[in-house]
Formats: sequence, C-alpha cells, structure tokens
Amino acid sequence: MQVLLDNYVAVLLAGVIGFILVGSALIGSRLLAPYSSSRQKETSYECGMVPAAAPIRSQIHIRYYLFAILFLIFDVEAVFLFPWAVTFLSVGKAAFYEMVLFIAVLGGGLAYAWKKGVLQWK
Amino acid sequence: MTVAQGIFYLIAALAVAGGLGVVLARNTVYAALFLILALLAVAGIYILLASEFLALVQVLIYAGAITVLLLFALMLTRVGDLEETMVGAQWPLAVVASILLVGLLITTIATSDWPGDADGMITRIPFETLGEALFRQWAVPFEIASLVLLIALVGAIVLARDEEGDVEEAE
Repeated sequence: MQVLLDNYVAVLLAGVIGFILVGSALIGSRLLAPYSSSRQKETSYECGMVPAAAPIRSQIHIRYYLFAILFLIFDVEAVFLFPWAVTFLSVGKAAFYEMVLFIAVLGGGLAYAWKKGVLQWK
Repeated sequence: MTVAQGIFYLIAALAVAGGLGVVLARNTVYAALFLILALLAVAGIYILLASEFLALVQVLIYAGAITVLLLFALMLTRVGDLEETMVGAQWPLAVVASILLVGLLITTIATSDWPGDADGMITRIPFETLGEALFRQWAVPFEIASLVLLIALVGAIVLARDEEGDVEEAE
C-alpha cells in the first residue's frame, strides 16, 4: 500500500508543478501584457461589417462526432490491453487468442467504418 | 493528520471545485472542461484507495473519451444558445432536490453495515489478479464486450450517415 502510494508521489508532483507552471504563465501574462476590452473587440470578425446575428456560433460538422465515437471505442479496447499485457504470459495461449478475437471483432468495426467512408473527408 | 489524509483533502477539494465549476460555468464548453478536472480528481481518489485499474479507466475513458463525446455533443447542438436550458425557473427546486439526495446518500453510506473489508484497511488488487480473472473466469463476457462495442460503433455510423444524408438533401 505504502509502496504503491510512493510510486504516485511523482505523478502528484508533476500535477502540482504543471498547475503552477500553467497558472503562473496565465497570471503573469494577465499582469504584464497590456489588456483592453471593448464591444467592437469582442465581436466576431466579419470582413469589416457588423455581424448579422447576435450569438455567433460556428457549426461543427457531424463527421467529427464519428471520429469521437471511433476514439471512444478504441479507447475502451486500449483499457483492456493493460491487464492483458501483464498477465498473458501466466494465463498462456488462451489469453492471447482471446485478445486476438477481441481486437479482430473491433477491427471488423473499423473495416466497416472504412468501407462506409467514415475515415474519408469528402 | 497524515500525509495521505492531506493529499486526500487536496484531491477532494479539487473534485468539489470541478463539480461546482460544471454547475456554475455559464459557458457549456467551460463546464465540460471543469468536468475533466472533477473526473481526474476522482481518479486521484481511486489511486489513494489502491485501485489502479479503476484510476486508469477513469483517466482514459471518463476524463478522455467521454468528455470528448460530451464536448462534441455540445458543439453539434444549439444548447449553448439557449439560456433557459442552463438556468431555468426551477433552479430552487433543483437545489432542494440535490441537497436532499446528497443527505440521503451520506446517511445511507454512513449508517450501512458494509460487508467484507469495505470499512477497514485498503486491500490492493494488483493488475495480475484482475487479468487472471478477466482472461480465465470471465473470458466469454470479455468477448461479448467487444461485440457490444462493435454494435455501438456500427449503430453510431448508421445513425450519423443517415443524418448527414438528410443534411445534404436539405441543402
């Protein structure tokens, strides 16, 4: 237990130092840089004209959502690879073929996505 | 107070700060980013409880993938434009309901007689034990999980392609 937590002291330190680095950079630029705000500056740039609609919203293409889904599926797959990687020697052949089947099924999903043209940007 | 307790309170404070940020942020995208902070802090609590795999899942799937999905869902829909969906007229009722729920959960957790070693020492389940169980005892459910993921993938593609076709026809 204690050994486990000692291993994570480095992670905690990295986290805290990361927060301090980013925070000090943001606060430093806020303090040092000249900063002014006006209504005109806040509006979206629209080629010298006043923007047409009040709340400006950029539409994200739905295809990005498919990439997010693909990422989620293979993220879940990656999570299962971690316990597999440390045990497949002791469990033996069965574990290897189980993982091959698992990846093959998801690979079939990827092939389907490929065939449907999800991976292409038309 | 031991060092571990100090770290716990630090992480718990971060989780609460993230949760408050999710609820209070006006911009829904900022709220989603605060959610990452809250989920990462929960991963830290899992590490303190010696549940490394759970922490890994929390970071990779919840803080990574689920938040990405959430962000895309926010960007694809018009939820950011609708002020009333964020702060409705029923917010005092929501506050009362949340406080009641939190009170109920805390009293249930505090008064329950937990089986096993849930209120004693923390037992660490190493990756090896987990892998053994997953690949020996639960091999079939593990393979079924891949099929469930496949169905989710195919379903998402079918739905999104339909949607896209509609958009193109409309244009």
